[in-house]
Amino acid sequence: MNSNILEVNKLKTTFFSRKTPFNAVDEISFHVAKGETLGIVGESGCGKSVTSLSIMGLVKPPGKVSGDEIKYNGINLLELSKREMRKLRGNEISMIFQEPMTSLNPVYNVGDQIGESLKVHKNLKGKERKEKVVDLLKQVGIPRAEEIYYNYPHQLSGGMRQRIMIAIAMACDPKLIIADEPTTALDVTIQAQILELMKELQAKKGMSMILITHDLGVVSEVCDRLVVMYAGKIVETGAVKDVLSSPSHPYTKGLLASLPKKGHKEKRLNYIPGQVPAPINWGKGCRFSDRCPYVMSKCHTDIPLLTKVKDGQESACWLTVEEGRRAPNDTIEATS
Amino acid sequence: MTQLKQQVNQNEYILEVENVKKYFPIKKGVFSKQVRAVKAVDDVSFQMRKGETLGIVGESGCGKSTMARLIIRLLEATDGVIKLEGKDLTTLSKEEMRSTRRDIQMVFQDPYASLNPRWTVERTLLEPMRVYNIGTRSERKERVIDLLNKVGLDSSYAKRHPHEFSGGQRQRIGIARALVLNPKLIIADEPVSALDISVQAQVINLMQDLQEQYNLTYMFITHDLSVCEHISDRVAVMYLGKIVELAKKDQLFSNPLHPYTLALISAAPEVNSPVKKERIVLKGDVPSPAKPPKGCAFHTRCPSCMDICKVEAPTLNEKEPGQFVACHLYQ
Ligand SMILES: Nc1ncnc2c1ncn2[C@@H]1O[C@H](COP(=O)(O)OP(=O)(O)OP(=O)(O)O)[C@@H](O)[C@H]1O
Ligand SMILES: Nc1ncnc2c1ncn2[C@@H]1O[C@H](COP(=O)(O)OP(=O)(O)OP(=O)(O)O)[C@@H](O)[C@H]1O
Ligand code: SF4
Ligand SMILES: [Mg+2]
Ligand SMILES: [Mg+2]
Repeated sequence: MNSNILEVNKLKTTFFSRKTPFNAVDEISFHVAKGETLGIVGESGCGKSVTSLSIMGLVKPPGKVSGDEIKYNGINLLELSKREMRKLRGNEISMIFQEPMTSLNPVYNVGDQIGESLKVHKNLKGKERKEKVVDLLKQVGIPRAEEIYYNYPHQLSGGMRQRIMIAIAMACDPKLIIADEPTTALDVTIQAQILELMKELQAKKGMSMILITHDLGVVSEVCDRLVVMYAGKIVETGAVKDVLSSPSHPYTKGLLASLPKKGHKEKRLNYIPGQVPAPINWGKGCRFSDRCPYVMSKCHTDIPLLTKVKDGQESACWLTVEEGRRAPNDTIEATS
Repeated sequence: MTQLKQQVNQNEYILEVENVKKYFPIKKGVFSKQVRAVKAVDDVSFQMRKGETLGIVGESGCGKSTMARLIIRLLEATDGVIKLEGKDLTTLSKEEMRSTRRDIQMVFQDPYASLNPRWTVERTLLEPMRVYNIGTRSERKERVIDLLNKVGLDSSYAKRHPHEFSGGQRQRIGIARALVLNPKLIIADEPVSALDISVQAQVINLMQDLQEQYNLTYMFITHDLSVCEHISDRVAVMYLGKIVELAKKDQLFSNPLHPYTLALISAAPEVNSPVKKERIVLKGDVPSPAKPPKGCAFHTRCPSCMDICKVEAPTLNEKEPGQFVACHLYQ
C-alpha cells in the first residue's frame, strides 16, 4: 500500500492571458504522506495559491493545468471528469481559500453556505443539518453561533469570515485539507485554537494537510515537512526542523534572515534586496540569480535541479549541485 | 484659557477619538423589530500625535475594523466625537468630508473586496489623482509606475486586473492606492498580513521611510505581534469593543499589565524557539458583543478573575506614566 495520499508530478499551470503565456507553476513535484502536514512557503506571487487551485481542479481559463499527474490515493486527478472531481471536492479533499470574501457568496447567509456541502455530500437535512452547522461554528470559536448562522458575510469581521471558510472545509471530514493562509486574519489566541483543532482532527481521523503560510512560527509548530517555492519552482524541501535550522538554498536563508527579531531595536528590517522577476523576465538560469549573493556565472545560464543535501533535504542551487554544499553559513546578506 | 488649550491640542493631536460607540442593530421577525444590538465599538477614546504610529491589536471581532471605518466615515458612529486636526468629522457635510477624505486614507483588510474588479491597476491608481486634479497626465502615469515599484511590483503589471494577481500582490496594490494622494493619516488594516516576510520587511521599511519624509501618521491594525512591536510607538489592545490597555510599545511588550495582553503575548508562535513557551491558554468561549458579560468583559476567561470583576466594569486608568489599563488588579 502506498503511504502517500497525494503525489504531484511535474505539475505545470500556464496562463494564456498575456501576449506571451507564462507558467505560474513550472514543473513542480512533491508528495504528502498520510496523516502528514506539508507546509508551503515562498515569496508573494511564487505560485502557492495556483498550485492548490490546480490540485482542486479550480483553475479557470485562460489558465490551463498540465503535467504528468496529480495522484490522490492512486487516482490521477488530471484524468477525472468534471463530475467526478465535484464529488471529491468539498468531500474528500477540501480547501480553505486565501481571501474569504472572494469565495463566500454575499447573498446567502453563512449557515446555509456551511450546510451546502453537508446537503450535497452527506445528505443531511433540516434540523440535523442545522445542528451540525451550529456545532461547526462553535468548534471554530464563533460566539453566538445560533445568531451568526443567519448573518451574511458582510456582517462579519475578517477573522470570522476566515473561520466560516474553515468550517466549510471541515464540514464533511475530508481526508486532505489544503489550507491557503488559513489563519492570517486571526489573532494569535484564536489561531492557536484553530491549529489545535486541526491537529486534533489529524490525530483522530488521520487527515492530511497542505498548509500554505508565510508565518514561519506556524510552520515550525505544525508542519512536518516544508516546501519552499520561488518564481514558480520548488527551490528547497525537507523536514521542517532541518530547513529552518540549517537552510540550504540562498533564498531560504534570505527569508529566515528577514524575520523581525524579538526585542531588537533596529529601525529597519532585513530583507532580500531586489524583487522577484515578473514571469516574462524569467531567464534560462536560476530565477534567484539576480538577487543571490553567491551567484556564479553558471547560475545565469543554467537552471539547477533539486539535489540532495542530506536525507530528506533537497535544494535547487548550483552550490549544492556542483559542490555538494550548502550556501555558506556566514551571515547571509539580507540588506537593511 | 480654553481657547489656548484648544490651540495646543490642534497642533499636538492629528486625531482625537472621544467616547465613540458603534452599535449594530440585531433585527428579528417580520416587522424587523430591533431586539438587541452588537456593541462592536463601545465607548472608545484615544488620541494620536502627528507623526506617530499607533498599533492596534486584539481578538478577532473585537471592533478594530469597525473603529477604522468610523474614522474614515464609511460608517456613522452611534455616539461620540472623532476629530481630525481639531475638526469634528462626525458633523462635516458631504462636501467638507470630500476634501477631508483626501487626508485620511485606508488600506483595507480584504484587498480583493476593496478593488474594482473591472479596473486595471493603473486606473485604480490614476483615478484618485484625476478626481483631485493632481499633476498632468504624464506626471500621473509616472507616479503610478513609481508607486508600483516602491511596493515591489513590476511596472509591467499596470495593465492587469485584480483577479490576475496573487493575494499578496493585491495587498500591495491596496497600499499603493493609499499612498497615491500623500495623505496625512493612514489607517492600515492588516496591510502586510498576506506578504511573505521579506516583502513584508520591504513594505514596512517603505512605510517608515515615507513616515519620516512626510511626517505621516499611521494607525496600524495587526495580528502579528512582532510586526506591531517593530512599527508602533504606542499600542492599544482591544477586547470586545473596548480598549483594555494602551501604552508605549516598550512598556507593553516588556511589562504587559492586562491579563488579556499577557495571554496574547504568550500565544504568539515562534520560529525555532528552543524552549516550548509557557502558553496562557484562555479557557471559555469568546463572549458575544451582543451580550457582553457583566462587570469586566474579560472576566469569563480571565485567569486572575476576582469577585469584583463579575459585577463592576473597570475603567481605563493610568497605572504607570503613559501606560493605561482597565483591570481591577490595578484600580
Ligand atoms: N487568473 C490569473 N491570471 C493571470 N495570472 C495569474 C492569475 N492568478 C495568478 N496569476 C499570477 O500567477 C502567479 C502566481 O500566483 P499565486 O496566486 O499562486 O501566488 P501566491 O504564491 O499564492 O502568492 P501570495 O503569497 O501573494 O498569495 C502570480 O504572478 C500571479 O500574478
Ligand atoms: N455591518 C454589520 N452588521 C452587523 N454586525 C457587524 C457589522 N459589521 C461588523 N459587525 C460585528 O461587529 C463586530 C466587530 O467587527 P470588526 O470587523 O470591527 O472586528 P475586527 O476587530 O476587525 O475583527 P478581525 O480581526 O476578525 O478583522 C463583530 O462581532 C461583527 O460581527
Ligand atoms: S543557483 Fe546560483 S543563483 Fe541560484 S541560488 Fe544558487 S548560487 Fe544563487
Ligand atoms: Mg496566494
Ligand atoms: Mg478586521
